[in-house]
Order: sequence, then C-alpha cells, then structure tokens
Amino acid sequence: MCLAVPMKLVEKKGEEGVVELAGVRRKIRLDLVDNVRVGDYLIVHAGFAIEKLNLKEAKKTLKLFQEIPAPGQK
Amino acid sequence: MRFLTEYRDTEKLESLYGRISRLASGLPRLNLMEVCGTHTMTIGRAGLRRRLPENISLLSGPGCPVCVTPDSYLDAAIKLTERKNICLATFGDMMKVPGSQGNLEERQGSEIAVVYSPLEALEIARKTIKEVVFLAVGFETTAPSVASVVLTAAREKIKNFSLLVAHKLIPPAMACLLQDRKVKIDGFICPGHVSAIIGARPYRVIAERYHRPCVIAGFEILDVLQALVMLLVQFQEKRAAVEIQYSRCVQPAGNLRARHLMAEVFKVGDAEWRGMGVIPKSGLFLKKEYSEFDAVRRFSLQLVKSEKFTGCRCGDILKGLIAPPDCPCFGQSCTPARPKGPCMVSSEGACAAYYRYELLPGRGKWQKS
Repeated sequence: MCLAVPMKLVEKKGEEGVVELAGVRRKIRLDLVDNVRVGDYLIVHAGFAIEKLNLKEAKKTLKLFQEIPAPGQK
Repeated sequence: MRFLTEYRDTEKLESLYGRISRLASGLPRLNLMEVCGTHTMTIGRAGLRRRLPENISLLSGPGCPVCVTPDSYLDAAIKLTERKNICLATFGDMMKVPGSQGNLEERQGSEIAVVYSPLEALEIARKTIKEVVFLAVGFETTAPSVASVVLTAAREKIKNFSLLVAHKLIPPAMACLLQDRKVKIDGFICPGHVSAIIGARPYRVIAERYHRPCVIAGFEILDVLQALVMLLVQFQEKRAAVEIQYSRCVQPAGNLRARHLMAEVFKVGDAEWRGMGVIPKSGLFLKKEYSEFDAVRRFSLQLVKSEKFTGCRCGDILKGLIAPPDCPCFGQSCTPARPKGPCMVSSEGACAAYYRYELLPGRGKWQKS
C-alpha cells in the first residue's frame, strides 16, 4: 500500500501541481515537499508528493549496479 | 519510464546475484525480513526466493497495513455502514478484509466509496450532506497526507467529515518482533517510502540495541538485490548499522515537513496489530485539538476485540514464524478469490504474493528450489 512512483512535475500553482508519467497526467498536492520546481521528479503516493527525487543519488545508485567486481572479489 | 525501468535492467541482475552468492558463502544461515508489502511483491515477481543461496532466507513481515488491521477495526467500520446517512470512503484494499462477521464488500446497499487518496474522501464530504467517514489506514508513508487533509478540513470547517484512524508505525513493530524469542530474524530490509518520511534514525534502536543490520531499500529488483549485498557485507564485517540503499528518495533525517504535519495532527499511542497484539507506541491517534474529526468519538463506536477462530495463521505469518504455505488454510480454504485472512486479501499481502508467485506451475506445492 506504500506504493509510490516517480512522476515529473509539469505544472505548479501554490500547493497544487500536475505530474506526468508515460503520458498520463494527474493532479497532486505539494504540501509535504519543500522547494519543488516544474521539471523535478516527485515521489507520488495517494495524491501527495511525499519526496523529491534526488538526481545525483539516482545516478550514483545506477553506477553502483554497474561496478562489477572481478571474480573472487567481494 | 525514467527512474523506474533502469532499476530493472536484467543485464545487471546476474552480477548482483553473483555477488550475493560470494558474500553468502562462509556466512551462517540468515533470516532476512522485509517489512513492506511492495518489497514482498518485487521479490515474488522476480522469483528471488528461488534464486538465493541455500543459507539466505527471506521472510515477509508485518509490512502491509491492511493485513495488520485487526478485526475490531473492520467490525467498527461495518457497524458504521448500518447507520443511515453515512458514506464510508476507503482505499480499495480494505474492501475484502474480513472482520469477525463478513467484510465491507458484502455490505450491499451501503454507501461505500473506494478512493485513491484521502483528498477524494474530503471532496465527497464537500458535495454531500451525509456524514463521510474515511478509513485512515496506512503506515508513515500515508499518515502525513491524511494529516494534511485533516488540516484542510479544519481550515474549511467541514463538519460532515471524520476519520476512523488505524495508522501504524513500523519501527516499534520491528522491535516487538525481536522481543519474541520464537522469532528468528537476523536482519531487515527496511521500507523505502516509510523511510522517505521518517528517515534512518528510528531504526537505530534495531541496529544498536538488538544488533540487527538494517538497509533501507528501493522497490525495483536491482534495488532489493543491492540492499541484500549491503546487508551481507554488514554480516561479513560483523557489524550492525542502518544504511540507505534508496538514497534517491530517502534522506537520513526523512521528510521534515511531512513529519511536522504528522506530529501536528496525530499523537503516538499503543495500538492493536492483527496477530501481534497490542504494541506499545505503535499507532497514531488524532490529537485533542482535532478530536472533532474522530469517528470513534462522533459515532460513539466501540472497538471490541473478537476471539473468533478461523484457522487462519496470519499472525504467525506476519511474525515470520511460518511461511504462508505452512498455514493449513493456504491454497485450500483460503485463496485470493475466497480469502479467509487479510494476508490473502491484500494484493500486497504475504499469502497473496506467495499464491501468485511461489506456487510452481505443475507442482502445485511450494518449495524453496
């Protein structure tokens, strides 16, 4: 039930915003997040953005998947 | 889809499985528990249990809010539908959960609205003269949104809106599990979106007092595998800490604004969990200032504990004492089409996930490999 997906903020008016994922748009509330801008990716749950996606950390995690250690190494 | 599909890249799976294998060899038998229904689903979908080394077991804990909501709550909700001029608003998952006498879906003729967000429940209240009661169920992920809706209702002086609150907190339930001597859990995959709100700190007691490694994980398969790698590294290095794999969404201190809103509206108190009993300081309740929105008070409801025995071993499953197929009802008298217990009802329940993903075709019986 804690399912939440990253969606891109495409409109913002006060504490309300519109997010988009794969062409689908949805109205959400922005009460729970600070300093968000159009273009940010937000984690959306039950009609609210619960957090802003951190792009730097997102890339770092992907890079960690790629770092394949040589056989025998941990 | 950005920030989703790249964390599912199957080409990277094998190297992570390889890494898990290498780390697991030399380690003793380990039971690792995930405490989030969304993780349970990711693990099931990927067939992860069958791919792990022999000495690593994954247990599904009390990570589904619907599953841990007790009979008494459902009975109170069902009682409400018997009154006139009431509209119940609920997340869809609650519809089939059995109380001691039937479920909400069977309440034909009652007005029940399935909503995706508490905002929709408030919107219904704005448009009707009926009393609208929202079934406020969920963990820390959901509670701040509900708090925000309560504040809106208070600001707009909406008088026909109230909540039947059963919000629950995850870290106290994890500590409660570890106090049960029968339960054997060596480490935790911590829930990503609960942690987006609460941060890493509330789990420190699990790592420091109980010496169990904790890793806060994201929800795609590569996230879960990497979290397992991080857990196994902690076992190799003989340490127990709280680490964040899901750093793209979880800040160490969590979401301060959301936490503030939650604390404004709710206070912490002891709460009943299905199959686990009353856990100290594990539930959220409306503060006095917002008690006018408390459906229990408004409708003088009584939440009575029921002792009905159904044969369902949900409680033992939630504690990781048995796997779903070990329950005598599983797949027999209890299936997703005719669920007996909440773990089979909820799409994210452990039993539903096992039924869907772990029953091997042609064998009809669950086995690890």
